Amino acid sequence: MHNVPTAAVEHLRAVLDAPDLSGTKYRLVHRIATGGMGSVYLVEDTSLDRKVALKIITTPVSSGNLAARLIQEARIVARLEHPGIVPIHDVGTLVDGRVFYTMKYVQGRRLDEYTRQYRSLQNLLRLFQKICEAVAFAHANGVVHRDLKPENIMVGSFGEVLVMDWGVAKVLTESEPPPPASPEQRAGDTTGTQQGTILGTPAYMSPEQARGDLAALSDRTDIYALGAILYFLLTGRAPFDGGSSHEIREKVLREPPPQPRLFDPKIPRPLEAMALKAMAKDPAGRYPGIAQLSSDVVRHLDGQTVSAYRETLLERVDRWVEKNRFLIFLIVAYLLMRVFTFLTMGR
Amino acid sequence: MSKPIIGLIIGGILGVFDGLTALFTPDAAPMIMEIVIGSTIKGLIGGIIIGYYAKKVQSLQKGLIFGFLIGLVLAFLIAAMPDASGNHYWIEIMIPGSIVGLIVGYATQKYGKGPESAQTSAS
Repeated sequence: MHNVPTAAVEHLRAVLDAPDLSGTKYRLVHRIATGGMGSVYLVEDTSLDRKVALKIITTPVSSGNLAARLIQEARIVARLEHPGIVPIHDVGTLVDGRVFYTMKYVQGRRLDEYTRQYRSLQNLLRLFQKICEAVAFAHANGVVHRDLKPENIMVGSFGEVLVMDWGVAKVLTESEPPPPASPEQRAGDTTGTQQGTILGTPAYMSPEQARGDLAALSDRTDIYALGAILYFLLTGRAPFDGGSSHEIREKVLREPPPQPRLFDPKIPRPLEAMALKAMAKDPAGRYPGIAQLSSDVVRHLDGQTVSAYRETLLERVDRWVEKNRFLIFLIVAYLLMRVFTFLTMGR
Repeated sequence: MSKPIIGLIIGGILGVFDGLTALFTPDAAPMIMEIVIGSTIKGLIGGIIIGYYAKKVQSLQKGLIFGFLIGLVLAFLIAAMPDASGNHYWIEIMIPGSIVGLIVGYATQKYGKGPESAQTSAS
């Protein structure tokens, strides 16, 4: 029996999985990623001579639910014209009946990869603010993402932020297509998106998502995920980890997330409080809207108090001194000069 | 609060304070009222000029340099006036005066409402 190298097998599999783009204006370049619902390919738009990303359902079978969800995803994203949300270019059907859509090809790094290289807290908070702005825009248009996580956020070369993968997003005023018949949950996968009645990613999902309570999902579900992303930015790790998805969901439901300052005591207390408030188990205990969360981030960046954290008098003084070091230096210099004048003038 | 108003208030307060420090100099004590009034007026004039500059130019560095220069010039005008015995107190007046200008320059750049952002219009 002749052993075929794994790489060769993978290559053959990729060739076999490659979508037949005949009859479209797109030419396949290579596969970018594969998720639970579909795959994303880099393709060339031959009419406009530009590269775009093409998302397609993985299996070439007539899966009505998946197709409906993909079309819904495309429609949802199409209505969200915002610099922080990846724009949709086109929707269509391949010769094998699979639905696809094309979107802007984002050249950059996923947030989780980006944070491995850039750990400046100020910079990360500014990125977080941009994420908040994009999600707030979606909320203002009645759309809830429901799968926010660092892996679904791209950071471009110029610091631009794009919120990706609106595959399980929901328009709050519409009924959603039923979940796919065959859940594709991979055992032990805690960061991949689950399909089925439990939508989202265990490590970043809210308790209401972990319970599978679809009716309870609201914009505060995204606020929880934003809190979890803030937690990740502060600590470099997801709020909950564990061996299996089930284990993580149990923790999400029953345990408070470990205090970020346990991992790094240098994390500012207000930021810790903001992340934990956004991640409250009870949606009513979270920020009422992204505007309030974003406002707290801005206030912290500006050296002001945040709504999530009550400072002690000492902390308040310390923050004021930290913010006004130069002014204090000038005042001290002035007073020293006055003392000098007093002494040299010999009364 | 606008930057000129911030400059006016801080300049005025520092002017009063600056004038009152003359109390520590017994020779100047008999003229304390004139000194405080003069110093306050100097602070108010410097404050409003520096505040207006901060409203026009949003730059901490430039604001500090401008504040320093205004403080220095106004203090020079005061120091140029000799006392009853004909003495000038150049260093004693000009150095604190320029530091006061720096403080007002810093404060007006850091605090107060800046210019309204430009409105874009298709018309």
